[in-house]
Amino acid sequence: MSQLSNLFGQKFGLTERDLERYLSEALSKGGDYADLYFEYLATSSISLDESLVKSATQGVTLGVGVRVLSGERTGYAYSDDLSPDRILKAARTAACIASGPATEIKAGLTTGEKHDFYPVPILAGETPLAERVKLVKRADAAARAHDSRVFQVQAIYADSVRHVLVATSDGRLSTDVQPMARLNVAALAREENGVPQRGYAGGGGRVGLDFFGGAHSPEAFAEDAARQAVVQLHAVDAPAGEMTVVLGPGWPGILLHEAVGHGLEADFNRKGVSAFSGRVGQQVASPLCTVVDDGTIAHRRGSLNVDDEGEPTQQNVLIENGVLRGYLTDKLSARLTGGTSTGSGRRENYQHYPMPRMTNTFMLAGESAPEEIIKSVKNGLYCSNFGGGQVDITSGNFVFSASESFLIEDGKLTAPVRGATLIGNGPEALKYVSMVGSDLKLDLGIGVCGKEGQSVPVGVGMPTIKIDQMTVGGTR
Amino acid sequence: MSEGVLRDVASLVVRLAIERGATDAECTIAEGDEFSATVRLGEVETLKEAGSRAAGLRVLLGKRQGSSYTSDLTEDGVSQMVDAALAIARITEEDPFAGLPAPEELGQITVDLQLAAPDVAQVEAAARIDSAKRAEATALAADTRITNSEGASCETYSGCRVFANSRGFLGSYASTTASLSVTPVARQGEEMERDYWHSVSRSWAGLEAPEYVGQKAAERALRRLGARKIETCKATIVFEPRVAKSLLGHIFEAVSGESIYRKSSFLLDKLEQQIAAAAVTIVDDATIPGYFGTSPFDDEGVPSRRTVVIENGVLKNYLFNTYSARKLNAHTTGNAARGLTGAAGIGHGTLYLEAGSQTPEEIFAAVGTGLYVTELIGFGVNTVTGDYSRGAAGLWIEDGKPGYPVAEITVAGNLATMLQNIVHIGSDLEFRGSTCAPTIAIRDMTISGK
Repeated sequence: MSQLSNLFGQKFGLTERDLERYLSEALSKGGDYADLYFEYLATSSISLDESLVKSATQGVTLGVGVRVLSGERTGYAYSDDLSPDRILKAARTAACIASGPATEIKAGLTTGEKHDFYPVPILAGETPLAERVKLVKRADAAARAHDSRVFQVQAIYADSVRHVLVATSDGRLSTDVQPMARLNVAALAREENGVPQRGYAGGGGRVGLDFFGGAHSPEAFAEDAARQAVVQLHAVDAPAGEMTVVLGPGWPGILLHEAVGHGLEADFNRKGVSAFSGRVGQQVASPLCTVVDDGTIAHRRGSLNVDDEGEPTQQNVLIENGVLRGYLTDKLSARLTGGTSTGSGRRENYQHYPMPRMTNTFMLAGESAPEEIIKSVKNGLYCSNFGGGQVDITSGNFVFSASESFLIEDGKLTAPVRGATLIGNGPEALKYVSMVGSDLKLDLGIGVCGKEGQSVPVGVGMPTIKIDQMTVGGTR
Repeated sequence: MSEGVLRDVASLVVRLAIERGATDAECTIAEGDEFSATVRLGEVETLKEAGSRAAGLRVLLGKRQGSSYTSDLTEDGVSQMVDAALAIARITEEDPFAGLPAPEELGQITVDLQLAAPDVAQVEAAARIDSAKRAEATALAADTRITNSEGASCETYSGCRVFANSRGFLGSYASTTASLSVTPVARQGEEMERDYWHSVSRSWAGLEAPEYVGQKAAERALRRLGARKIETCKATIVFEPRVAKSLLGHIFEAVSGESIYRKSSFLLDKLEQQIAAAAVTIVDDATIPGYFGTSPFDDEGVPSRRTVVIENGVLKNYLFNTYSARKLNAHTTGNAARGLTGAAGIGHGTLYLEAGSQTPEEIFAAVGTGLYVTELIGFGVNTVTGDYSRGAAGLWIEDGKPGYPVAEITVAGNLATMLQNIVHIGSDLEFRGSTCAPTIAIRDMTISGK
């Protein structure tokens, strides 16, 4: 049989017949289902510090993960060597999760229709390195030119291309080529004898180098990082206690990721350990809130043509007009609950088995003008930028850390405020949403989500929203 | 591959790089085998078993440097890795401070550091499953309010790390880890709370008994039931050891040479100054046999050592790798750390706060009223300014004893002030990882709640 037409066929001589042999071996002791995840990842990164391109790295990792499902059980093994004997050994290891007569695999692998959400004419990794070096140099110059108080700039450019092949015992073969590029800028500003302050910005996605122009130019990111650092120089201590909070559009959508997204992943709900378990059909947010997870948006960082189990991604409605509609499901949870995969099975790499994960999570636009929302608040906090967040999915308590915020006094933004953590409870927090803006924005493409030790790229988004009551963790 | 073969590969990579034009080169190879079993509600949920290895290379072309890595250790694979590093070095710029450690700085500890226990490799899959099942069963049986579980997990790891450079250094060491953890869920009406207990050891025999792990986890989940949000106030915060050690992580970031040369630390220009309460002594020690922060040499081939960071409240030392030391006209403290590739960053050995004399009970009694924090979440810590604000859960201390549970609050302050306001340090220091602290009480922090 001829070699497969993708990278794994061309570079490693992999054939469809090989795949069937490995899948048969994986089910040689029984089990309901097996799959193979082949991965080849090539990366490069360039870092600038103190106005010098101090280091650059390129590398390649590859491997295959073999998974066998037997009831609720998962057997998993992987190999970083794609020779047939090593893959067969991994398949035999994963097979040990079952103990019975062999299960027959479906004969013949078929390839389904395939999305093409991130066509990139020239991969970033195939453009001249000198072009990529220019991005970090331009970022450095722009951040320093923005304000003389900027005294340190770090810029990191990174790109990767991931080739994946997923073959399943129910006869599916999926392949994908997943590009990614990103530019991050950090600036430190200081006044004479003053305390330095930090600003961050960046962006990217499943894009080529042409992405980094206009609103995504190195200058745009650098000036935003520098601006944030400079604004913080005169920030006042953050307030403490419950108050009205207005979240700006875009990246503050991390609220949704922490407050509801993780709690709606099907593994936690199947096991009954999420604060959202058993709540489908219940009001968990104000009627103004509709939240979706959508892996199909062109060129977004969280988008995928197929998920890491070979299933096509889709738009999943999580909350519709405040009512909980559904969970994010992978194949295992779908099997065990009698549902179908929502295209949400993801993994960090071939060394890990997949689990339900978010892609791009955002709230749909409402009808309020953003300036009307701010004008409606007598005393409160406006948060326009955030660092990371975290959630305890069982109690539902979540935090996210504001890195840029301003006091709202008599309907106007006034003093900038130092960094502070906001805390709330997932099934409760969104019930206090009283206004939703018309200005939906997705983030610029630098999000990373961690779960059980696995990191995957994600996106978030939100219009401006007003939350009547939320706890702000300042000191004043 | 055997340790000997990996040493040969690392030496070959360095030799190839020099032959092809590098001024200097250093190669790291890491190999590891992982085995894990997870169990939920008494049934096996996952079994995982695999091994992997990869190599990383850094080359210098004069004062320029480039890096590469690969998981393909065949002759072709490493040859391509060498070419990739040399190619990418040409796009970087000359950095006058770049370079390997001086030859006289290289070396390694030769006594047995007890990093690899022979019993780890002999553990059968059935034993891992059995340990996880027993830990979870104990937790589930502890109380009728323990109604569910996120599962129990038992893992073992055996690995080997090799480092070679073009100044003649070649070193390698094996290490092992065994761990056992369980996360039960407690329920009371509509409220659900989870907590966990985690035991980790270099040897299989060193793990805490599964029944102990299960009991501890159950007690922790149960005591969170009935959690209330409290009023916003100022209070003394008592951090239990498991959360107190996170403060050491923040101090580490602030004393790391990278933060110092970038002037991005609240502890910049504070050497020999009283930056913490007089009772505070913090040590970084990578030489203690069997500990998790121990290694014979750092990731640039410099011997591991003991460095006092804060002594009786006075800041004594920053932690350096070769690069940051040169930037500041100092010497490396043997704190170079990296994954596989790139210029080395800075890491720590076993970083710990020396124990005080009071038991946790004595500290509660002395505090009288305050908050006992048993969990911190989120990332609201800025080591440039010292601003500190994190989500917390714990128990309210009344009449000198931990009382009702508290949740959905934040604790906030500034690290510079918090260090000065450490009023009690417990005697309960245990070495459970590479950062370790006893119970600590810090006065005058802000709790944000209702």
